[in-house]
Amino acid sequence: MSTTSASDTAAAAATAAALASFDAVPARRSPLARFTKRATRHPGFMAGAVLLAVILVLSVGAPLFTAHDPYAQDISRRLIPPVWHDKGSWEHWLGTDKLGRDYFARLLYGGRISLMIGAATVLLSGVIGTALGVAAGFFGGRVDMVIGYIINVRLALPVVLVALAVAALVGTALNTVIVVLGLLLWDRFAVVARSTTQQIAHADFVAAARAIGCSTRLIVFSEVLPNILNPLIVVATLEMAHAILLEAALSFLGLGVQPPLPSWGLMISEGKQYMFFSPWVITIPGVALVALVLGINLLGDGLRDVTAPDNRS
Amino acid sequence: MTVPVLELENVTKIYPVPQGMFKPRAMLTAVGGVSLSVARGEVHALVGESGSGKSTLAKLLLGLTKPTSGEIRIDGVPIARTDRREVARRIQPVFQDPYSSLNPRKSVADLIALPLVAHGIGTSATRQKKVAEMLDAVGLPRRMIDAYPGQMSGGQRQRVAIARALVMQPDVLICDEPTSALDVSVQAQILNLLMDLKREFKLTYFFISHNLAVVEHLADRVAVMYLGRIVEERGREALFTGAGHPYSRALLDCVLTPDPSLGMPDAVLGGSFPNPIAPPPGCAFHPRCPRATDRCRVEAPGPIPVADGVAACHHAI
Repeated sequence: MSTTSASDTAAAAATAAALASFDAVPARRSPLARFTKRATRHPGFMAGAVLLAVILVLSVGAPLFTAHDPYAQDISRRLIPPVWHDKGSWEHWLGTDKLGRDYFARLLYGGRISLMIGAATVLLSGVIGTALGVAAGFFGGRVDMVIGYIINVRLALPVVLVALAVAALVGTALNTVIVVLGLLLWDRFAVVARSTTQQIAHADFVAAARAIGCSTRLIVFSEVLPNILNPLIVVATLEMAHAILLEAALSFLGLGVQPPLPSWGLMISEGKQYMFFSPWVITIPGVALVALVLGINLLGDGLRDVTAPDNRS
Repeated sequence: MTVPVLELENVTKIYPVPQGMFKPRAMLTAVGGVSLSVARGEVHALVGESGSGKSTLAKLLLGLTKPTSGEIRIDGVPIARTDRREVARRIQPVFQDPYSSLNPRKSVADLIALPLVAHGIGTSATRQKKVAEMLDAVGLPRRMIDAYPGQMSGGQRQRVAIARALVMQPDVLICDEPTSALDVSVQAQILNLLMDLKREFKLTYFFISHNLAVVEHLADRVAVMYLGRIVEERGREALFTGAGHPYSRALLDCVLTPDPSLGMPDAVLGGSFPNPIAPPPGCAFHPRCPRATDRCRVEAPGPIPVADGVAACHHAI
C-alpha cells in the first residue's frame, strides 16, 4: 500500500512539475533581442560593423587622434613619405601631400565628408523612394502607373552625367552634391518599397486593420512600414556605399566637393600627378575608400541575412 | 417586430475581370442579389463550397468593398450612409488564418489595443487595463501581454484575434471560417470560447463555414450559398432534418460520419463547379442537379417558402 501511495505522490509531483514548467514558458523575447543574438553569430555582419565603427570613431573623433590641422600648409614639408618608407617620420606618419598638409589628418577629416554624404544622401533618397514606393504598392492602380512611370524616367537618367550637368550649371558645393545625389539615388528604395508593400497590402492583417476602423495613415505607418523596414535598411546600406563612391568619383572629376575640403576622392584627384614618384598619395585614400565601402556592404549583406524571415515559432 | 441587427437587401457584388488588352472586360458576379436578415443574439451560419461568394459577402459586411447594388443595414441604418469608423465599432471580424491576420511586428498588447488607438479611446494606462481584461476574457495568461505572434500557437493567436475583435464591444462578429486553419484539437476550444463570449458580451455571430458539423453544433439559422446566391435559408433544425434544396441535400450527404462501417459518402453531385463568369442559364445549379427539368434550364427559381425558411428551387421538397 505504502509503495503505491509513494509512487502516486511521485507521479503527482512529476505532473505538477511538468505543468509548472509548461506554465512558465517564457514568452518575452523582443525582436531586438533576437536580432542581437543572430547578428553576433554572423561573421560578415560583425566584420562590417567593426570596420564601420572604427572608421566612424576615427572620423568623428578626428581631433582626438591627430594634433595636425588638415588645412595647415607647409610647403617646406611637402610630399613627405609615410613612416614605413626610409625617409618617413612619425611626425607625419602617413606623410604629407603636395602642399605639405598632414595626410593622416586629411584622411580622418575626409572620412567625415564621406560619411556625411553617405548618411545625408541616403536620408534624402530613402524618404523620397520609400514614400513613392509605398504609395505605389499600397494604392495600386493609377497611382502605381504614374509612379512606375516616374521610376522608369529616373532609371533612364545617367546619374553621373546629370550630376556633372548640375555641377556645371549651379556650381559645386558639398550641399549641392548631397542634394543632387539624394534626388537621384532613390530608385532602388522605390522599387523595393513598392514590391514589399504590394505583398503586405494584401495580408489579412491589413484587411483586419481596415475593418477595425484604422485610418489609411495609421495602416501605412503602423502596419505596412514596420514590415518593410528590413529590406529598406539593407537597401540603405548599399545606397550609402554607392553615394560615397559617386561623391569620390565626382570629386575626382573636380565637380564634387571643392578644395581645400579634404574629400577622399579629391585627395586621389590631387595626388594623381604624383602617383609615379609618390604612389602613397593615391593608395592611402584609395584603401580608406575600399575599407569604408567594404564595411558598409558587409554590414548590408549581413543585415539581409540576419533579418531574413524565418520560422518564428 | 424588432429591427434585425444586420440586414442585407438584394446585395450584389460584380467584379470586372480583364480578359486581355482588346477584349471587353468580363463581369464576375461574386454575390448576386443576396437578401438576409440576422436577428440580435443569433448565430447565423453561411455555408457553401469554395468560390460560392462567402468571403466576398464577409468583405461587404465589413465594409472592405462596396456592393455594386443593394443595401446593407445595421439596426435599420444603411452602412453606405454611416461613417466607416462607426461601422467598425458595431461589426468586427475574426479571420480564418491567425497566422496572417496578426501583424508579426506587434506585441499582443499592441495588437489588442489597436482598435482603441484607431478610435482614439482611452489613455495608454486605461488601454493597458482593457487589454489585460480582454486577455482574461479569451483565456490567455496575462504574462503573454508582451509576446509576439511568432511565439504563440495557432489557437493562442486566434484568441488574440478574438480579443482584438471584442475590445471595442461590438454587436456583431463576422467569423470567416475562424477554425479552419487550426488543429482539430484546438478547433473545439475556440468554438466553445466563441459560444461563452457570445453569452458574456451578448453578441450576434455571422458565421461563415464549410464545416457542416460545426454549423450544426452552434448555428441558429443557416444560409446555403451557391454561385453567389442564397439557395436555402432556414432554421438549423429544419435544414438538418429535411433540406429543401437539392444542393443543401447534397452538401449534407457528403458529411463524413463518425461510423467507419458506413463507408465513404456517395458523391451526389456530378460535374464540377460552373464558371462564375458565364453561369448556366435558368437555375445556376441545374447542370449538377439530379432533379433538374426543362423548366430549371430556362427559368431561375425565386425563393419559395418552406418550413421555417425559404428555398430557391422549383422542386423544393
